[in-house]
Amino acid sequence: MGEKVLMKGNEAIAEAAIRAGCRYFFGYPITPQSELPAYLARKFPEVGGTFLQAESEVAASNMIYGAAGAGARVLTSSSSPGISLKAEGISYIAGAELPAVIINIMRGGPGLGSIQPSQADYFQATKGMAHGDFSLTVLAPSTVQEAVDLTMEAFEIADRYRNPVLLVGDGIIGQMMEPVEFKEAIDPDELPKKEWATDGAKGREPNVINSLALEPEDLEDHNMKLKAKYDKMKEEEVRYEELYTDDADIIIVAYGTTARISSRAIEMARKEGYKVGMIRPITLFPFPTDIINETADRVDDFLAVEMSTGQMVEDVRLAVNGKKPVHFYGRTGGVVPSPEEIVNKIKEIGGEK
Amino acid sequence: MKEVAGYPDALTDKQFHYCPGCTHGIIHRIVAEVIDELDIREETIGVAPVGCSVLAYEYFNVDMHEASHGRAPAVATGIKRVHPDKFVFTYQGDGDLASIGTAEIVHAANRGELISTIFVNNAIYGMTGGQMAPTSLEGQKTTTSPFGRDVREAGHPIRMSEMLTQLDGAVYITRVSVHDPQHIKQAKKAIKKAFKIQLEGKGFALVEVLSTCPTNWGMKPSDSIEWLKNNMMETYPLGDLKTPEGVE
Amino acid sequence: MEKEKSVVFNEERCKGCELCVPVCPVNIISMADDINSHGYHYAQVKEQDKCISCAMCATMCPDVVISVYKEE
Repeated sequence: MGEKVLMKGNEAIAEAAIRAGCRYFFGYPITPQSELPAYLARKFPEVGGTFLQAESEVAASNMIYGAAGAGARVLTSSSSPGISLKAEGISYIAGAELPAVIINIMRGGPGLGSIQPSQADYFQATKGMAHGDFSLTVLAPSTVQEAVDLTMEAFEIADRYRNPVLLVGDGIIGQMMEPVEFKEAIDPDELPKKEWATDGAKGREPNVINSLALEPEDLEDHNMKLKAKYDKMKEEEVRYEELYTDDADIIIVAYGTTARISSRAIEMARKEGYKVGMIRPITLFPFPTDIINETADRVDDFLAVEMSTGQMVEDVRLAVNGKKPVHFYGRTGGVVPSPEEIVNKIKEIGGEK
Repeated sequence: MKEVAGYPDALTDKQFHYCPGCTHGIIHRIVAEVIDELDIREETIGVAPVGCSVLAYEYFNVDMHEASHGRAPAVATGIKRVHPDKFVFTYQGDGDLASIGTAEIVHAANRGELISTIFVNNAIYGMTGGQMAPTSLEGQKTTTSPFGRDVREAGHPIRMSEMLTQLDGAVYITRVSVHDPQHIKQAKKAIKKAFKIQLEGKGFALVEVLSTCPTNWGMKPSDSIEWLKNNMMETYPLGDLKTPEGVE
Repeated sequence: MEKEKSVVFNEERCKGCELCVPVCPVNIISMADDINSHGYHYAQVKEQDKCISCAMCATMCPDVVISVYKEE
C-alpha cells in the first residue's frame, strides 16, 4: 500500500482503473462524472493508454464491446442518461460474455432529470439494464477509498466471470474529496492471455465474438449458461457490511451515499436509546438476500433508505419475505436526505423511548 | 494443371445462406481472395454487421466479431485501438451503415481510423423483409414504400460515399459494382487498394459495392443484374470519389 | 484415364441462380435437369474440351461453386 493522497472520487476511480491495468477508455462527456475521463485523458499518455472520446454513448459502449472482445481491460464511465444509451452495447457485452467495467455516477431522472446525486438507477443497474436475460455484477461503494478498491476489484471480477461489472456511485461519491490509498499497480502485460480474444487467428482456429444464436435450443443453452454464472456470483460474490446488527431492533438497509448518511443517523438515534443497526449492501447484484433474511428472525423492523422513490426496497422486501415490516424513507430528484430526517423516520417506526 | 479460380483460404467451407443470385457471396469471395493475396489471414479481425450478412462471422475464416446494428465501425475502432498492428475490416450493408449506423461510420472515417469498410449497397433492407432503406431509389417499391419511394416524404437516396469524401480522415472512397466479371475484377482491385491503405497506415478507406437483392426486388437473379445496371448506377455512379497518392 | 477437367462445379453448393451461364464466352454452361440435395438445378459443363479456362463463371458465381484450371 502506498501513502494516502487526497483525491476527488471521480479522479480516484480513474487512477484505480490505471492501477488495475486498464489501458483503454471509450466514453462521452456527461455531468457529474466528467473528471473521470478528463483524468484519464491526462494520465493515459504516461502509461501508453488509449483514451478515445466517442461520438456518442452508443458508440462508446460498442467500442468497449470491440476492445473487450480483442482481449483488453477496458473501461467506460457515464451518468444515468448516458448509461441508458450504453445499455445497447452492455447487453451485447453480457451476451458475448466479455469482461468490461462500467461506471455510473448516477444523477436524477427520468429523462434529463438533474445533475444532482441520485440512486434512481437501481432498477436499471440490477434488473432492467437492457433487453435479454442477463445481469451485471453491480458494486456500490460508499467512500472514495471503497470506490478505489472496488474499481480495482471490478476488473478482476469481470475477467473471472467474463461479465460486465457496473460500479454505481452518485454525484457525492464522484465529487467528494477523501484521502485514499492505492494498492500496488498491475502491469497489463503480466495479465493472463485471453485465449478467446480476437487478435488474429495465428496458428489456431478463428475466434468469434458473438451474441447471436438463431436456434432456440442453442440460445436457451446459452441463457442457462449465463444463469449458472449469475447463480455462482450469488454464491461467491455477495458483499455487505453490518453495523450494530447484533443488538438492533431496527435495521436500516442502505448503500452508497445514503449508507453514509444513515450511519450518522444511527449514531444519533442510538444516543436517544433507539437500537438501530444497518446492513449495507456493497454488491447490489448479487444482493445480500441471505443476511437480510437471517437478520429478520431477530429484529423488529427494516427501513430501506434511498435517494429514489423506492427501488432497492423491493429487494429488501423479497429478502425479508414477509417476516417483518419493511419501511421506506427516500428523497429524490437530487435531494439528499439529512440524518435528522432519517432519525425522525426511525422514531416513527420505533415509537417513544 | 494450375488453379486459376478456386476456393479461398480466408473463407470457411460453410455454405452461404444468401438467396440464389444474391451478390453478397461474390463480395465475400473477393474480400477473402484479397486477404489471401495479401497474406494477412492470420492477422485479420473482421467485424460483421446486422442485416443479411449478419452471419459473415461464419464465412470468413478469420477472427470475427459480430456487432450490433450499425455499430461495426465503433466495434472495429475498439479492436483496432487494442491491436494497432492487426488488420481490421467491417462488412456492412446499407441499412446498417447508411441508416442506423450513420454516426458511427462518419466519426470512424473522420478520426481516420485505420480500418477498412466494405459497404454493400443494394438499396433495400434484405433480412427484415424488403423495407425501404435510405439508399432506396426514388420511386422504388418496397414493403414500406408500397407505392414507390416518395422523396417528399422519405427524402432522397442518401449518397454515403460522397458525404464521406468531405472528411479529412477518409483517404480512399470508391464505388464499384459486381454485376459482371469485369466489374467484379475492378471491385476486387479497389478492395485490395483499400486494404493496402490500412496496412500502410494511411487512413480510413471505404469501398461501396453496388449489389443486388433478387428476392426483395422481386426479380430473377439475371433480371436483378440488369436492374442494378439500369437503375442503381445512375443514382450511385461508379468510380473513385477520393483517392490518395502513391497507392497501387 | 479421363483428361483432367478445366472447370469443376461443386454441385452441392450451387443454388441454380444461373448468373454463370451468360458470362461464359464459349456458351458451354447449362443447368442440369437433375437437382442437388437442396433441390436446385445445378450448373454444369458437359463439353470440358471447349473450356478456355477464362474463369468468368467462377468470378461471377455468388456461391464459390466453381474451380477453374489451366494447363501450365
